[in-house]
Amino acid sequence: MEEIRIERISKDFDGFVAVNDVSLTIGSGELFSFLGPSGCGKTTLLRMIAGFESPSNGRILIGNTDITDIAPYNRQVNTIFQNYSLFPHMTVFDNVAFGLRIRKTPKSEIKDRVGEMLALVKMEDQAAKYPDQLSGGMKQRIAIARALINKPKVLLLDEPLAALDLKLRQHMLIELMNIHDAVGITFIYVTHDQSEAMSISDRVAVMNYGSIVQAGPPDDIYERPNSIFSAYFIGETNLITGEVTGIEDDYLQLKCPDGAEGFFEIDSTFHFQPTVGKQLTVSLRPEKIALSRSKPRYQDDINMLRGTIEDILYLGSHTQYIVRVGALKFRVFSQHKRVYFDEKALDWEEQVWLFWHDTDTWLIDEIPDSSLGNKEQPDTGVNHFQRSAKRLTQV
Amino acid sequence: MKRISSTKLYQGLNLTSFSLVMVFLYIPILILVIFSFNNAKIITGWKGFTLKYYAQLWDNDNIKQAFWNTMLIAGLSTLFSTVFGILTALGLENKKFSGRRLISGLIYIPLVIPDILMGVSLALLFNFTRVNTGMFTVLIAHITFCISYTVIVINSRLEGFDYSLVEAAMDLGAKPATIFWKVKLPLMLPGIIAAALLAFTLSIDDFIITFFTSGRGFDTLPIYVEGTIRRGTITTINSLSTLMIGFTLFLVIITKRIRKILISSL
Repeated sequence: MEEIRIERISKDFDGFVAVNDVSLTIGSGELFSFLGPSGCGKTTLLRMIAGFESPSNGRILIGNTDITDIAPYNRQVNTIFQNYSLFPHMTVFDNVAFGLRIRKTPKSEIKDRVGEMLALVKMEDQAAKYPDQLSGGMKQRIAIARALINKPKVLLLDEPLAALDLKLRQHMLIELMNIHDAVGITFIYVTHDQSEAMSISDRVAVMNYGSIVQAGPPDDIYERPNSIFSAYFIGETNLITGEVTGIEDDYLQLKCPDGAEGFFEIDSTFHFQPTVGKQLTVSLRPEKIALSRSKPRYQDDINMLRGTIEDILYLGSHTQYIVRVGALKFRVFSQHKRVYFDEKALDWEEQVWLFWHDTDTWLIDEIPDSSLGNKEQPDTGVNHFQRSAKRLTQV
Repeated sequence: MKRISSTKLYQGLNLTSFSLVMVFLYIPILILVIFSFNNAKIITGWKGFTLKYYAQLWDNDNIKQAFWNTMLIAGLSTLFSTVFGILTALGLENKKFSGRRLISGLIYIPLVIPDILMGVSLALLFNFTRVNTGMFTVLIAHITFCISYTVIVINSRLEGFDYSLVEAAMDLGAKPATIFWKVKLPLMLPGIIAAALLAFTLSIDDFIITFFTSGRGFDTLPIYVEGTIRRGTITTINSLSTLMIGFTLFLVIITKRIRKILISSL
């Protein structure tokens, strides 16, 4: 078992830079995801690891072997394609046996190993069928068996669940994790679906414009985004941008572009030290904010704002509130801790207190226009905020 | 009086036009088949059942010769035009090949050129190059006009080809040659069979181009039939045509079987 090292890889398609100077080490046996919007370079990166594209610059190593110039058929890497790409003219058995037959494996061994693989993906009774007789989920399992039978060092999965419906997708995610545990090899998973990436991965690399924006365990990226793009792309968030006008211990004063000022309690053990005059962005996850009719008891590590409920979206497991604070709009997720109907529900236009813990006030050393602006995703939280937040009210 | 609803009217019209088309298509063929068993020299009415024209057919060495000539030409031109068709279609698939559009344009043109032009121009060419007309020139001519059809049929099959299957095979360790034999060719096969069948049928019933390129002494069935009818003996031609209809039907029926056998053998 060896780690995969991607060293300064770039890919240029006739002037379009799909992957831009990416370096990364993926540990042996890790389940690693590339996550990003379409066109961010994640699939190109995967295809370079598989060998279908050759990088313009840089190299890829598995262990100590440089595989950059090795043809795909000589790499110990197998791929699960988005549309499965099962051979339509072969039975399930022949599809799974394909790799072994090419390696001239003895017939009896082929029979045993195909049987084992079909058992692993729970498809033992489908061996004689043709791909067009199978459902999407079944094809997916066959594609996994066909790849894993070759005992690759790395399994590449290119949006493997994109073609499945939601329930099946959730089911297959768990299956994939079980298979990963069973075979113990490295899985590299490409997806644009953040919940897929978060739930399955040991580590996630968030990508945009051909570069890795942030790489780390899912909870780390979610709780400690290093950029507006990470904060926005993973989950939902409220973003407030402004200039630092005052700092005192763990107390930050922020001035918005139109002159209004707001105060935030921040965690003093912060990852970077904001200085007066610096432009930065505050990220506040909607589920970290609590709502209350009565004013919360004062504590020095609590942020408080008073606002008006503008919109209520009941979503079953939780309710999403849009709360107006001055000209600012905050999105707040509130779970129904007791039976929903026992509570006296908050109503439209009701005055409420928003409060959150200082460690949940997350500062990002970045302001919108410089980093965000993936043109394919115009409706970002930041834009939404900029439109509505002409003024930040006094706390 | 009963009113007829408009849907019923349309249904009636549809049925009528459908029946008329069927009648015009198949009545002549049916008549031909029936009269091949008619015991009369000319078609004046039913004079009783006979197989004597089939026997005459069997005894006629000219017909036998023409039949074998036709089969030879059809078989060889099918073989060559299909192989060339596969190679050309594969070449045209390569997007890096710069002459691609020109070549595919040139391949389409023979489809719209009238047969007579093609026949005359080939005859002129053979005359100019002083090639003796005969089996060889007919074969060249047939391969020439069949290639256009085989390329187009095979090419259309390749256009819908899912290239990710090639990548999948490569990913599983197959080298380019293996990918061709195990994945690409089997998936092209329905197109190849259709192309071969088309070439075969085009070749066996071609008259005009064969007429201009065969010269004296090399008759295919269509040429022989034309000559015989000119001389007025239609009776053996009826039985000959019936046999050919039977043969064509047989081909259509076995094609499906052939396809299955070929796919499983690859």
